[in-house]
Amino acid sequence: MGKIQTRYGDGSPVELSEDAVRRDLEEGTQDAAQRGNIPVLSKEELQHLFDIFSSPHRFVGVAPGKEVVLSYDGTPIKMSRTQVNVDRLQCLQIYEKLMGADTLELGYPDYSFKPIKSMVTYEQPLLEQVLAVTTAPVFYGAMPNLGLYSQPDGPFPNPSELLPQGKIDEARASYEASVEHAVRDIVYVSSALYESGADAIILDTVGAAGDADFLAALMATEVLREKYPGICVELGMAGEFVLGMHGEMTYNGERLAGMYPQDQVKAAEKAGVTIFGPVVNTNTNQSTPWNVSRAITYMKACCEVATIPIHVNMGMGVGAMTVHDHPPLDVASRASKAMVEICRLDGL
Amino acid sequence: MGDPLGMAITHAIASGMGGMRAAGDLVARMQIARGMKIDQAKQYVADKLKVSVADLTDPIIMNEVREDLKLGVLHPHAGSPKCMEAKFNIARLLDIEINCVNRFKEKAAL
Repeated sequence: MGKIQTRYGDGSPVELSEDAVRRDLEEGTQDAAQRGNIPVLSKEELQHLFDIFSSPHRFVGVAPGKEVVLSYDGTPIKMSRTQVNVDRLQCLQIYEKLMGADTLELGYPDYSFKPIKSMVTYEQPLLEQVLAVTTAPVFYGAMPNLGLYSQPDGPFPNPSELLPQGKIDEARASYEASVEHAVRDIVYVSSALYESGADAIILDTVGAAGDADFLAALMATEVLREKYPGICVELGMAGEFVLGMHGEMTYNGERLAGMYPQDQVKAAEKAGVTIFGPVVNTNTNQSTPWNVSRAITYMKACCEVATIPIHVNMGMGVGAMTVHDHPPLDVASRASKAMVEICRLDGL
Repeated sequence: MGDPLGMAITHAIASGMGGMRAAGDLVARMQIARGMKIDQAKQYVADKLKVSVADLTDPIIMNEVREDLKLGVLHPHAGSPKCMEAKFNIARLLDIEINCVNRFKEKAAL
C-alpha cells in the first residue's frame, strides 16, 4: 500500500495511506452533499481526484484544452503586502506582462466601497491611465462590507451588540438601513469607475456580513444593469453559506439566509450579474483531499444550474486552497486542476 | 490573499489561458461583453481569429496571430499597435463594445 504526500487545510504536510485518501475523498463529498442537499461525486470523479492526489509530481496542471479564464481580487494589495514598491499601475502591468493574467483588477488597499466613495475622484484618473497602458480587460473591485455601516464605524446601531441583548427588531432595522446606504455607495463608486472606462466591476467578498450584505450586492447590481445595460458585474461570495444575520431578508421572493452556491447563483442571475464567483471555505482540520472533494461537490452543483459564467473562488482559504499566506504549490496546483477538470466552470 | 507565486502564478500555470501570451484576454472579453460560457467564448474567439480552439493557449501560434492581426503582444516592436491601439483592433475584430475604447473615441471626438 503506497503512501501519498499531501497536506491539511492549514498547509501543514501529512503522509496518508491510499485508503485514507480514498476515505477522505468520500467523506468530503458526503459532507457537502448532506449540508447542501446536492448529489455526491460519482465513483469516476472520485477516482479522478484520487489519481490527481496520487500523482508523484510536485506540480500538476489541467489537460490541454481545459484551460479557463482567470479573474482576480485585491490584485495590487498582494504586491504591496509583499512590500514590492511599485505603484498600482505598474502592478497591473506586471500581472499582464509577467504573470500570464487573463484579466486585471484595480482595487484600493481599503478594499470597500464606502471608503472609496470619498476619494473616487482619485481612483478615476488612475484607472484611466491603467486603461491607456494595458491591453487585457481591467476590472475595478471592492467589497460591500456592510460592517462599515454600523457603529463605531458607521451611522447605525451595531447589530452585533443588539442581538445579544435580544433586540432583534432593532438589529434588523439597522441591517435594513445599512443595505440602503451600501447600495447607494456601491452604485456611486461603480458608476464613476464605469464612466472612466472600467471593463467590469467586481463586488467581492459578498455576504461577509450575512444576508443583508448579499442583498445590498444584488440590489446594487440591479441598479447598475438598469443604468448601464452593457456593464459587466462580477459578484464573488465570502462563504459557501449565506449567514442569516437578519434572517428574513428575501430577494425575488427567496429567503437569502441559508442559501448555498447553487441557489446563490440563481439570485445573482436574476439581479443581472454577468460572472458569479462561488466560494467554499477550507477546513484546516481536514486534509486537502477532503477539502477538494467537498469544495468540488458544491461547485459542480452550482455550475450545473448556472447560465452565466462561473469563476470559482480559489484564493487563500477557499476552494480547498490552504489557509496560509504562502500556498504550497503541490496542493494548490492539484486543487486548481481538480476544480477545473471536474466542474464545468468558466474561470477561477 | 496569498502570495502571487503561490496563488496567481500557480493558477495561471496550472489552469489559466496564458493572458496576452496567448488568447486569455480575448476569451475573457467574450465573458465580459456577452456573458459567454467558456466553450462558447473559446469557439467565438477561435472563429474570429481563424485558428483552432487548441491554438488559443499556444504562445508560439498566438504571438504570430496577434502580431498579424495587431491585437497587442508581450514584446511589441517599435511602431506595433499596443495597449489602447490594440484594444481598438480587438473591439473591431471580436465585434464587441469595449468601454474604454468608446470613451477614448468620445473624448478625442473621433
